[in-house]
Amino acid sequence: MKTLAVKVDDLTVAYNYKPVLWDIDLEIPEGVLMAIVGPNGAGKSTLIKSILGILKPIAGSVSIYEKPYEKQRKLVAYVPQKGSVDWDFPTTALDVVMMGTYGSLGWIKRPGQKEKKAALEALEKVGMLPFKNRQISQLSGGQQQRIFLARALVQNASIYFMDEPFQGVDASTEIAIINILKALRKAGKTVIVVHHDLQTVPEYFDWVTFLNVKKIATGPVKDIFNDDNLTKTYGINYKVSIQE
Amino acid sequence: MLGSFAVLRKQSLLGDAISHAALPGIAIAFLITGAKDTNTLLLGALVSGLIGTFWIRSIVTKTHLKSDTALGLILSVFFGFGMLLLTFIQKQPNANQAGLDKYLFGQAATLVESDVWMMAIVTGICLIVMLTFWKEFKILLFDADYTKTLGFNTKTIDILITSFIVLAIVLGLQTVGVVLMSAMLLAPAAAARQWTNSLSKMVLLAAIFGAFSGVFGTAVSASQNNLSTGPVIVIVAGIFVLFSFVFSPKRGLLFKQIRFVKNRRDLELHKTLAFMYHIAETHDNISHPHTIKILNNFQGYTKGTLQKLVDRGFVELDGNMWHLTEEGFKTASNLYNQQNASDE
Repeated sequence: MKTLAVKVDDLTVAYNYKPVLWDIDLEIPEGVLMAIVGPNGAGKSTLIKSILGILKPIAGSVSIYEKPYEKQRKLVAYVPQKGSVDWDFPTTALDVVMMGTYGSLGWIKRPGQKEKKAALEALEKVGMLPFKNRQISQLSGGQQQRIFLARALVQNASIYFMDEPFQGVDASTEIAIINILKALRKAGKTVIVVHHDLQTVPEYFDWVTFLNVKKIATGPVKDIFNDDNLTKTYGINYKVSIQE
Repeated sequence: MLGSFAVLRKQSLLGDAISHAALPGIAIAFLITGAKDTNTLLLGALVSGLIGTFWIRSIVTKTHLKSDTALGLILSVFFGFGMLLLTFIQKQPNANQAGLDKYLFGQAATLVESDVWMMAIVTGICLIVMLTFWKEFKILLFDADYTKTLGFNTKTIDILITSFIVLAIVLGLQTVGVVLMSAMLLAPAAAARQWTNSLSKMVLLAAIFGAFSGVFGTAVSASQNNLSTGPVIVIVAGIFVLFSFVFSPKRGLLFKQIRFVKNRRDLELHKTLAFMYHIAETHDNISHPHTIKILNNFQGYTKGTLQKLVDRGFVELDGNMWHLTEEGFKTASNLYNQQNASDE
């Protein structure tokens, strides 16, 4: 067995009395590119947010490389949903990417030349260098998503959590993003992605978790991505042709 | 200055609620001490302003009420309570009572030198704190969840920002008063947002607008005997906002309209040019003349657009014949390729 990057124990989250996540146990090995799939309201984003401590779970614990998450924050980067921020905020693309360096800087210290260089490199990786001084509201949806990705890359983390990075982006951006994700996996990083498009799961990912309030299944795509699990998760007879 | 943060947090009304919430604090401070010492009264305002703010926050986090409901609730309850106390004070046999209602609309004339010093010091502290925690403020305003994952204690940053907004409001109460204070907080920020896309410039501009409205407003009210200062300052700030909405080069209404009209004209020209390009393309020699009549087949063609194309050197006329110039042909083929590229 490989080293465990992320381990979730008995995680339960509820809004008011309604459970959103129920008793989730999850073990994610190092170096996988994993999709979290499930219907709307299945708690996919909630799972990520509770792992990252943005939401407070009722019960359960999260460990990153066998230590509590709070002590391992620097190893973890987060790409929120694009719609979660106000893109009319007065700032530039480069500025947003620089925010990825704030965590390692800590309180009060200002970003300097070193941080700027790292941010420019990340922009280059996502192909957004020509837009570095663009006001963020004047970027297209796909470009905004790339900026968010660059911001996470700057953190130089070991584990990346991404909330629907393919939402509302065009085909060329989708390819660009998945290539970056695959490059991350190649470099030994662990990438966890909330994903909606079931068709692309076998093509993009090597690991998958089915989620619908409870965890249905988790494991290698080639072993568990089948009609049986899809039906259990989505509740209807789901047929996806899987190329062997 | 601090108003910029309030505007960007979409909590603009918070300022209004805080200033109204400060009123009972003023009244209670007076009831307890029985004196009209400015600092004590403002301390009361500060305390009740803070209580109001944190009540609003807990209402929003602990109940299902939306923040505007919570704001409205706290605003009116605190203001009502404050008015009640003011009328109660008015009935008391205490010669000192007169003048408390000045806090409703403000009275810059009641400021004395020590008040001004106090303001300067607090403003200075605000500035230092803002510069120190600039990075933290900025990232929290933009993306609070993300800030949390970076390991920052977002609650601390949040409380810091809110406290300074409350402090700024309480200081301004004496000048513009409870009712108009929120305009003083927001107007400069709203105006500044129109002129710039950078947070630092926005904050700086807001400070300049705010200061200018203060100075100019005071000057106007001093020159006209019966105008009270607070409202004049607010009106000046309001004029800034109006001016900014209309005339700012990037986001202003006027320039938007101008750009719109200009784009449409350009598009008409381009379409006509493209039409001519298609005709010219059929001949080996691009300057092969054609009759003007042929252009009538094209919907958007007018004599005006033809004349404009001639003026720009894209087309040359010869009697009732026209032909594309070298430059016109190049421009047209560029346009055409661009169009194709963006269609893909």
